[in-house]
This record gives sequence, structure tokens and C-alpha cells, in this order.
Amino acid sequence: MMGAGKTRDHSALADVFNQDEPRVNWHDETLWFIRQKRDKAAFAIPDWELLRETASQIKAHTLSHLSQYLQEFEKNAQANGITVHWAADAQEHNEIVFSILQKHGVDRMVKSKSMLTEECHLNDYLARHGIEVIDSDLGERIVQLAQEPPSHIVLPCIHKKKEEIGEIFHEHLGTEAGMSDPQVLTETARQHLRETFLTRRAALTGVNFAVAETGEFVVCTNEGNADMGAHLADVHIASMGIEKLIPRREHLGVFLRLLTRSATGQPITTYSSHFRKPRPGHEMHVVLVDNGRSVQLGREDFRNSLKCIRCGACMNTCPVYRRSGGHSYKSAVAGPIGSILAPNLDMKKHADLPFASTLCGSCTNVCPVKIDIHDQLYKWRQVVVQEGHVDAKKAAGMKAMAAVLSSPATFKLAGKAGRLFMRRVPLLVNNSFNPWYKQREMPQPPNESFREWYRKNRKQHDQ
Amino acid sequence: MTVGLFIPCYVDQFYPKAAIATLELLEKAGVQVEFPARQTCCGQPMANSGFEHLTSGCNELLVENFAQYDYIVSPSGSCVLHVKEHLHSHKQEAQAQNIRGKVYELVEFLTDVLKVESLNARFPHKVGLHQSCHGQRGLRLSQMTERVEPPFSKPEQLLNLVQGLELIPLSRKDECCGFGGTFCVTEEAVSVKMGKDRITDHLQHGAEVITGSDMSCLMHLEGILRRQKSNVKVMHIAEILNAQEA
Repeated sequence: MMGAGKTRDHSALADVFNQDEPRVNWHDETLWFIRQKRDKAAFAIPDWELLRETASQIKAHTLSHLSQYLQEFEKNAQANGITVHWAADAQEHNEIVFSILQKHGVDRMVKSKSMLTEECHLNDYLARHGIEVIDSDLGERIVQLAQEPPSHIVLPCIHKKKEEIGEIFHEHLGTEAGMSDPQVLTETARQHLRETFLTRRAALTGVNFAVAETGEFVVCTNEGNADMGAHLADVHIASMGIEKLIPRREHLGVFLRLLTRSATGQPITTYSSHFRKPRPGHEMHVVLVDNGRSVQLGREDFRNSLKCIRCGACMNTCPVYRRSGGHSYKSAVAGPIGSILAPNLDMKKHADLPFASTLCGSCTNVCPVKIDIHDQLYKWRQVVVQEGHVDAKKAAGMKAMAAVLSSPATFKLAGKAGRLFMRRVPLLVNNSFNPWYKQREMPQPPNESFREWYRKNRKQHDQ
Repeated sequence: MTVGLFIPCYVDQFYPKAAIATLELLEKAGVQVEFPARQTCCGQPMANSGFEHLTSGCNELLVENFAQYDYIVSPSGSCVLHVKEHLHSHKQEAQAQNIRGKVYELVEFLTDVLKVESLNARFPHKVGLHQSCHGQRGLRLSQMTERVEPPFSKPEQLLNLVQGLELIPLSRKDECCGFGGTFCVTEEAVSVKMGKDRITDHLQHGAEVITGSDMSCLMHLEGILRRQKSNVKVMHIAEILNAQEA
């Protein structure tokens, strides 16, 4: 796993990613293609903006009554025969899952559709306790075989080309060397996973939506693997962040229309599976996980980041994400949404992420639940600096700049001197210590500034 | 009507031609324009880097210099958006709030306040329009591809009034150029890659000139174009709207 100890920041990792420019182009175009599919799907719905607004308001309402709806959900789920667990943090979540497996003497589990377990590092935890976990989503399985974290919340192995996937399959699943035909690879994965599904007694899935009024939860998949895992196992464990709740079943209509259109441009996932109660003789568990969410709920400026339905649209549209890759964020959730969620979990470790953006605002405008992502990035920058997670050199530079810009006389003088230096001694700025100059020419300094021109050519309005 | 002309710090120092064109355009439209000499900067360079707490000097100067005008106009969507969203004053908060409501980016001032319907301008070139994010998404100068809404574009509306000008289409008409303030140096690799990709799009569609309503984006693109030894030029939209080429 990446991210342990002091590692390189987003900028440094993005720099490495950009050393292979054709690959950056491929990554960018692949994700842009998905963004365009999203546009087509969204534009086919005339009421799209109303739908976004409605979803945003349902989530705002839910978040402001979260404890009430969680209790309603617990009561109804229990009445349905589901066992409900509460986990304050990742550690507790992992312990709860492990205790359920232990109780049933299970040492192998199949898993599907859960970014939350990535956030909690469940696989590592269970491996340390002697439990083998097989991820059953094709993309997740591929990165698991490659021993990498997912690089995208919806498309976990979007950073891998099919030839590279072919190599992984050759090594781990015995396909022919050089085979990269997606159909052959998918069929191989299917056979490999089928054996897994048939032999696992416990299955863990994520949750896309949990409905307070019915105590049911909904899992959206394209591959049907969540159903396969859950239906064949004796024990189904569903892990969900507490923000996945919606008050009523009728609200699903709003979210299911938005989720997949935003994610991949499909009208809906192949399967929207409702789980309401365990079959006779089987067990169904729901683990409600906080892990920093109630802290975020208490941060007024960042509260509505919890509206996120994990569609990944902000990643696909983000020009920085497309050109730096998911792994450069060193967080289970990468991209713009990850950059406003991660500092809440560990501000020091993720202090770089709010700065991994140009604040272009595209994320905010594709977001199906209207999270003001780029405004929150701006606000996190202020918090990160105030909390002292900033380079001392940068802080000193900012102070100097503020001093110059706060004094009209100094500004005039500094501007003149600066332009003079740039014309007379260009080496002062055109050197390898200047990151601007590495791949860009400096602006050509004119002989006179606008204010100097204005003094000569127009009446003065000095105060 | 008296307009206070707010010229971004780096435009004052590096791109006086854009500022002169802005002034002349407004004067030609019959507006009385004044450039208060003690102005410096909107404070965005510090604020976007997380140092909003260091911007009070800039903020107070802005209020002192501009509170008296009917409108404040600036040839930068980014600086205007920053003022609109973040201007405060310890000494004169009411004035600061007032300024937030009467500060305009040049293009929107021409289309929405002056309601310009003709221009005496001629610029016989193939022009690519770079839509700066803060102007486009922040000030809503044009429809964005993310939003399901009818198309409109205030900069295109004005460029279409210029004789001889041919606007080229782009594959990605509103993708960010990667300037992003201090992002351009703190995230140098991604910033430059984004700029290169924007330029490639313009070049593939035959642009002779890349224009836009934010000189900061254009400065970044110009830096890359010049490093590539390209003949393609960047020009602020004011320079084109004010052009009288034969």
C-alpha cells in the first residue's frame, strides 16, 4: 500500500506520471471519453439540473437529520432480521468484520463493490489475521492481483492498459503469454471467480444506498458479482458509511437516475439489487461506519462533501486527475472529491491534496449532488495553512508578496526593478531553479508598465 | 457614468497593451474611465495559496481606490471573481460589499451593462477562444459543457462583431489551461501538460491567434508557445475587439 510514512506529494508523483507523455495522453483520453458519455446521457434528460438540485436537497435534509434516520434504519433493518453493527472508525469496522468471520469459522471471503473497505484497509487487516479476501469486481480483482490500490472509485484499474492486464492474467491465472483480447481475459476472470463464488461461505459488499423507512439497502453493479457472492454465501456482510442513507424508498428514483449517468453515461447499472432480509438459515449484517464522517458533519464549510454518492464524475472531468493518475493522490478516494474528504481523515498526510487543483470548477458542475467541490478545495487550503501544514519557504514568500502588494509605492518600484532585471539580466529568472522556466518562456517585460503609460497619456486620478 | 478601471497587477507590469486596449474600448463606448493610481492587486495570489489572512492590505487598498465609482471594470474574469467572492474590509465593510456588487469583467460589462451591439473593429485572422474557467464557470460568461442548459457565450457574441474574424471550433471548448495561479509552479508538470494539450487543440484547428478574457491563462499558454517556437500569438480579447487591422 502506498501512503505509509513520509512519501512524495501529489506534485512529485504527478511529475513521475508525466515522464511518459503518450501514456498521459492515453489516460486523459480514456477518461475524457467517459466524461463525454456522461454528457450525452445528462443532456438526454431535460430536467437534469432539477434532478441534481433535488438530489442535493434530499441529501442536505438527510445529513441534517442523520442520527434520526440512522436509528430509523437500524430499527427497520433489525425488524427485517438484519444484524446492525456500529463502527466508530476503520479499526472497529475491521474488527467487527473479523469477529463475524471468526464466529462462522470462515477463512476465505469474497468481496464486491466497496470503496469503504479500501478506506479502512480491510484486506490488509484480514490478511494479517489469516483470512484471504478475493475481490470479485473485475477491475478490483485486477489491481488486487497486481498488488496495487484502485486508482479510481468506479474504474479501479483504469490506469492499466489491456496488454498489462494480459500480463497479470498470464502470471496469475495462466492465460497464454501476450493474450490481451478483452473477451478472453473477461472469460478467464469469470471462470476463476465462479469457483470463488461457489466455495466462499461469506460475502462482503458495499452499499450504494440504505433506505431508512424500509431498512433495506441497495447495491448497484454491472457485473452481477455482488448478487452472486451474496446469494451463494451463508453470511452477507454489508459495510456502509453512515452518509449512504436516504430517508425513503421513493428517493431512490432520483439517485438511481443520476448515479450511473454521471459515472459512466449508462442510463442505469445492469443490476440495482435490493437486500432486505436474510434467507432462512442465513445471516445478513450491516456495519454502519463513521470513520471521521461525524467530524466532517461538524465542519460547516465541508459538511456537504458527505452528499457524495461515489459516482466518480468529478475524477473523469478533472483535468488534473486525468493527467496525474489516481495513485498520485495516495488516498482510497482520489481526485477532487478525495481531495476534500482526505484532509478530514488525516490533514497532515493529505495537506497537499487541496492544492492539486486549478480550481477550474468543472467538478462542482458535473457533481450530481451539487457539492461545491472547488470552493471546498479553496477553503481547505486556508485550513491547511492555518494549521501549519505548509512549507516555511512558501509561507515566507507569501508574506513578502503580500507586503509588496499592500504598498502602492513598493509595488511600483518592485515592478519596475523586476522588469529591468528581466530585460538586463535574464539569467536571474531564466534558470533551472525557476519551475516556470523549465518548460515555458518568461513573459517579455515591456519598457513601461500600464501605469507609466497612463501617467503620460491620460489625466491623473491620484489620491 | 464613471468607471474605475481595475488593471490586474501582472497585466500592469507585463501586458500594458491589454490594459490600453481595455481603456480605449471603454472610452470609445462613451464611458468616462479613471485609473486610480494607488491600486495594486486583488489579493488572489495569496488567497488561492491558502493565505487569505494576508490579503487585508490588498483588500483595503481596493476599497479605498474603487468605492467611489459607479462601476469597476477589469479585463480579468479571475480577479473579478475573486473580488466578488472574497472582498472584505475591516475599515469599510459596507463599501466592500457594495464593490462586490458593482465589479464587472470587461466582456460582461460590454454585453450586459453597455449592451454593445456593434464594434468598429477589424481583425482578419483565425482566432481560437480560450475560455478561462473563472470567467466562464465563475462569472457565467458562457454556457459550460457540464451543465444541461441552452448554449450562450458572451465573448463569442462580441468576437462575432469583429469584421474578418474567423472563430475556429475546438475539440474541448472549455477545458482548463492549467495555469491555476501558484499551481503553475507548484504542480509544474501537470500545469504544463494541460497547457500543451490546450495549445494542440487550437493548433489542430488552425488558430493563428489564441484569445481569451484572462491574460494569466494566456501568459501561461504564451510561455509554452514561445518555447515551442510557434508563430501562434496570444492576445487579450480587448486587443482584438479594439483592433483596426486593414
